[in-house]
Amino acid sequence: MLDLLKPPIEAFQEFVLLSIRAVRNIFRSPHYADDIFIQMDVIGVGSLFIVSLIGLFSGIVMALQMARALTQYGAQGQVGSIVAITLVRELGPVLTAILVAGRNASGIASELGSMKVTEQIDAMRALGTDPIQKLVTPRLIAIAVVLPLLTIISDFIGLIGGYFIASGMLGLTFSEYWTTAWQALEYNDLFQGLLKPFVFAVIIALVGCFYGMRTTGGTQGVGRATTSAVVSSSVWIFVLTAFITYVWNRAFARQ
Amino acid sequence: MLSPDSDTTFVTPADSIILRFEDVSLHFDGTVALDHVSLEVHPGQTYVVFGAAGSGKTVLLKVAVGLARPDSGRVSLFGQEITRLREQDLFDIRARVGILFQEGGLFDSLTVAENVAYPLTNQRTLREAAVASGSSAGNGAVRSVDDRVRESLRFVELEQTLDKFPAELSGGMRRRVGIARAVVSEPALLLYDSPTAGLDPITANTIIALILKERDLRNTATIMVTHRYQDGHLMANFRYNPNSGQIERARGGGDVSQVSTKFLVMNAGRLVFEGTEPELQASQDSYVRKFLRVGGA
Repeated sequence: MLDLLKPPIEAFQEFVLLSIRAVRNIFRSPHYADDIFIQMDVIGVGSLFIVSLIGLFSGIVMALQMARALTQYGAQGQVGSIVAITLVRELGPVLTAILVAGRNASGIASELGSMKVTEQIDAMRALGTDPIQKLVTPRLIAIAVVLPLLTIISDFIGLIGGYFIASGMLGLTFSEYWTTAWQALEYNDLFQGLLKPFVFAVIIALVGCFYGMRTTGGTQGVGRATTSAVVSSSVWIFVLTAFITYVWNRAFARQ
Repeated sequence: MLSPDSDTTFVTPADSIILRFEDVSLHFDGTVALDHVSLEVHPGQTYVVFGAAGSGKTVLLKVAVGLARPDSGRVSLFGQEITRLREQDLFDIRARVGILFQEGGLFDSLTVAENVAYPLTNQRTLREAAVASGSSAGNGAVRSVDDRVRESLRFVELEQTLDKFPAELSGGMRRRVGIARAVVSEPALLLYDSPTAGLDPITANTIIALILKERDLRNTATIMVTHRYQDGHLMANFRYNPNSGQIERARGGGDVSQVSTKFLVMNAGRLVFEGTEPELQASQDSYVRKFLRVGGA
């Protein structure tokens, strides 16, 4: 029994140690600013189109689904508020994070995994560079900055998608849709909608780096690391969104 | 077979010990990687390490520079025990060691010039030395690093590849760039992990010639892991002649101390043989003799 538990416990311990060192390095020299901006470009700008596209269609789908349900109660005027709340609180952060996890956690794991199996990580250590400082911390900072921004863009484009349906199928005016959408949102919805992508960003970066840095077994190992990184980060995103929503609702439940 | 005058006598210099293993053991997931290994490397000495795949040769090199930590025993590098040192504290010590990795270890995203310059621009002590020499020359640190990179690439006859990326080079050329990067800082100890693995015989001999040249020009202590007996034989019996610029067979007398080569054979993490080439050839151990047969000795 103990033998069965040992590997996952050791892996978790490694993950925690990597996380602590990655975060601690944010406040330590040297800082690799170039690497941070390169990663922001690769992850942020590189994901912009797909995130916008998914945001647009998630807004359209939400509006279509809600339009049908709300029309039964004669409340189709509230489609804007429902699309806004759903996107900002939940769908925007989660869908954007899942996309970035699929695109970038895999990319990070395969890049670092390839470096590991070709001894570039060892070479880095041998040549005076801390690989966590050089490879992990810049990716952590970059994703933590760009994922909330991508989520804001995704939310906004999703609302525009919802507007297309609201105006085209339900006949709502620009003012009716955007006023209900705007009024439905409270500050704590916005905070929740920004806290989630920040937490997801940390998970995506650290999980991707963790699996990349512990890759063994040549190119097959790189494939395994990539798959594990995407699966683990996606699962963690859903677990954490449920946890944050539960805690948030308990803390800020409307009276 | 070796001629009698090509015998190499292992002489222990009185100088300080560069690297010392004291009863070092290491396990990975229940598998023995190093099993109570003890050895000493002195300035100017050459160690050739033979062993089957998985016998612990690469781990030996990694433990020597603190890239892997032993479970028990002590490792001292340049007189300082590194077994318990923090990673940050190891960087300055590693600056005095050059390493050629089995897989090359060249950074894919950097050009050849940037790869070779990496130790000079990233290792604190070397960076500071480069800045100082650049300042004293009155032409800035960048110039100094650039000069040394060119010199190092000229040493491996690859000066024309400065702006290429490692992926654009052949396997042998990548290995030579790896050597250029290992020697650019003029280290006191050089570690070569299977430098000829996977190369054709002509390229393999070119690589060994470069290793000999570096060893004999700078009198660098060298540890070379290999499974080719021929590599060890060349290291033990040949020397680089700076006057002719050629590799030639070492003579007896004065050359013997210059070519001070010791052979180690590893099996399942244990050092099963340690001695000179004649002792290796005289060994009756069946495992040790396998390496002689492979090499055709």
